Amino acid sequence: MNKLVRVTSRVACFPAENINTDQIIPARFLKAVDKAGFGNHLFADLRPPEIFGLPDARQREILIAGRNFGCGSSREHAVWAIRDFGFRVVIAPSFADIFKENSLKNGMLAVELESAMHADLVNAHSKSPQAEMTVDLEQQRIAFAGVDARFTINSFSRTCLLEGLDELGYILRHAAQIEAFEGIWGQRPNSRA
Amino acid sequence: MQPKTIYDKIWESHIVVPETDAPAILFIDLHLIHEVTSPQAFDELKRRGLAVRRPDLTLATADHAIPTTTRVLRADDDREAFDQVTRLESNCSEFGIQLYGLGSPQQGIVHVIGPELGATQPGKTIVCGDSHTSTHGAFGALAFGIGTTEVGHVLASQCLLQRKAKNFEIRVDGQLKNGVTAKDIILHVIGQIGIGGGTGHVFEYTGSAVRSLNMDGRMTLCNMSIEGGARAGLVAPDDTTFEYLAGRPYAPQGAAWDQALSRWRALKSDPDASYDRRISIDASSIEPMITFGTNPGMSIPITGVIPEARNEELRRALDYMALRPGQPLLGHPIDVVFIGSCTNSRLSDLRAAAEVLKGRKVAPNVRAVVVPGSQQIKKLAEDEGLDRIFKEAGAEWRESGCSMCIAMNADKLGPGQYSISTSNRNFEGRQGPGGRTLLASPLTAAASAVAGRVADSRRMVNP
Repeated sequence: MNKLVRVTSRVACFPAENINTDQIIPARFLKAVDKAGFGNHLFADLRPPEIFGLPDARQREILIAGRNFGCGSSREHAVWAIRDFGFRVVIAPSFADIFKENSLKNGMLAVELESAMHADLVNAHSKSPQAEMTVDLEQQRIAFAGVDARFTINSFSRTCLLEGLDELGYILRHAAQIEAFEGIWGQRPNSRA
Repeated sequence: MQPKTIYDKIWESHIVVPETDAPAILFIDLHLIHEVTSPQAFDELKRRGLAVRRPDLTLATADHAIPTTTRVLRADDDREAFDQVTRLESNCSEFGIQLYGLGSPQQGIVHVIGPELGATQPGKTIVCGDSHTSTHGAFGALAFGIGTTEVGHVLASQCLLQRKAKNFEIRVDGQLKNGVTAKDIILHVIGQIGIGGGTGHVFEYTGSAVRSLNMDGRMTLCNMSIEGGARAGLVAPDDTTFEYLAGRPYAPQGAAWDQALSRWRALKSDPDASYDRRISIDASSIEPMITFGTNPGMSIPITGVIPEARNEELRRALDYMALRPGQPLLGHPIDVVFIGSCTNSRLSDLRAAAEVLKGRKVAPNVRAVVVPGSQQIKKLAEDEGLDRIFKEAGAEWRESGCSMCIAMNADKLGPGQYSISTSNRNFEGRQGPGGRTLLASPLTAAASAVAGRVADSRRMVNP
C-alpha cells in the first residue's frame, strides 16, 4: 500500500451531507474486472460544480466533504474512483463505516473532524479557495488559511498509512493462531458452510 | 459475569486475536461472493500466489449484472457483464469454490440463496462484498458487508480485521395494523433515526412485533439495517428460525441438528444486557410507509403529505423528484412498479403482491416487473400459480437476479420516470439515470400497479 505522511495541496470543497457511494460511482460503472480508470467516472451523474468547476480539480489532493460521506453500498469502487481522480485525503464530520474501512485499505486518509472545526475549514475555503492546505498525519494536524486544526485517528490506522502496512500480510502473520482457532471451531457440528 | 447482548456473544466467540490498538482478527464462518465485487480480490490472491484458505466456507453466485429475461448471457448482449460472470466462473473453478451460477436451479440473489440453502445459521459470522449482507442477521448471525480488499483478506485467511461496534436495540412491541409489513417497520425506523443514525452500531431488533414476523419479514427488516447506517442488524433466533432451517441442504442433520439446536436456543441477549442506544416503537403506531425523497430516511405514511424542505438536502431531493412540500403522494401517477430485490423478493412478498393483483389488471400506463429472488422461489411461486396471477394481470414475470434494484442490466428506469419499488435504495439514479424511486412494501407496490398511481392497499375494494 502507498504510504501517506503529509499532503500539501489546494483543496476541493463539496460539503453536501449524506453523499452515497451510488453518487460517487454509479452502478453502471461497476462492471469492470480491474481497478483502473474509475476516476473518469467519479460523480458521473452528480457532477458537482464545486469539483468539476475547478480547472485543476484533478491536481487537488484534498477533498472537504460533508457528514455521513460514503453511505450506502459497500462498493470499494467509490474509493478507487476518488483515489484515481487524484484525492488522497477526504475530510468530513463523519463517514459511513464501510467507506472508512475501504479508504484506509487504499492508502486514502479519511479525516473525521468535529463539526465546528469542519465548518471553520469550509469557511476558510470559501474565503481562500486557492490556498494550499497541509494535512500532516504524523502530527495529526491540518493547517489551512490561518486555521490550525487537530484531528484524532486510531493508532493502528495511522501506522498503516504512515508505513504503508500490508494488512493481509499482517493477518497472515497470525496463521498459527488462525489454525489453532480452526482446530477448536472445526469440532462444532455445523461448521461446514 | 457481565450480561451480554447476542452481538457481544457472537463477536467474542469468533475472536482469533483480541482487539488492542490494532483491530481484532475475527474468524468468518461463511463468505458469500458474487461477480461484481470479487474479481479484483481474486487478482490480489493470484498476484501474491495465495490459495483460498477455506473454499468449504465460501459460496458464490452471479446476481448483480445478469439478465432477468433469459438465463443465457451472451458476450454480444453485454460484453462487460459477460466478462464479469465468466471471470467469476473461472475463479471459482480455479480456487475450488462452489458456484450457483447462471443456469443453476439454486442461483439467486446472494442474500436470498444463503438462507434458502440453509448456509445462513444462528451464531455464524457471515460476510459478503455487498452492504445488504445485513439480511442474514435475521437468523441471529453477525452478518455485514465488506469492501473488495476485505473480500481478498477473507479469501486468503478466512479472517477480517475488525473493531467491535456498539449495541443499538430497536424494540417494536405490539400488534401491527392491517396492511403494515416488515418493510413499513424498517422505513419507519430509518425515518426516526436517520440514515446515519446507526453508524458504528449493530442493531438488535427485539419486541413482540419482531417475534411475530416470519423469516421473510425478519430478513426484510435486517436487510435495510445498512440504510440506517448500521453495518449489521440481527434478530435472536427462535422456533420460527429453526423451523425455517430444518431440512435445508446446508443445515446440520440428525444428531448434529440436535446439538446445533441446543446451542442456538441459548443464543440470545441476557435479560439485563446493556445497549449503547435504544429506541422503542409501538407497532400499532406504524402506518404503511412510502419514501418521497432520495434516501431511505425521507419517508411518510402513505396517507401523509410531503414535509417542508427545511434544509438544502431536502430541497435538492424534492427538486430531483419533482415533488412539492405539502403535496400528498397518494394518487401521484407512476410509470413502473418493481417487485423484487434482496429486500422483498421472497415467497411471502410475492404472495402478498399476488393477493392484491389476483383478478385485477395492471393499469395501462404502468409497466410492472416481478423478479423473484431466486430460481427456487420462482419454482415455488409457479407451483402455487403466482406466475399466472402476475401474467394475467399484465405484469412481467422474470428470472431471478438483482435487476432493477441496481440497474446494472437492461432493467432500468428512463429519465424522469416514477417507480414504486420494493427495493432498498431510492438514491438519485439508482434505478437508472434520472429515474425517481418511491420505496414501499409489496402490498403498496401491487395496489399502485393496479391504480396506475400511488395507492393504499387497505382501500382496495375486493374484485
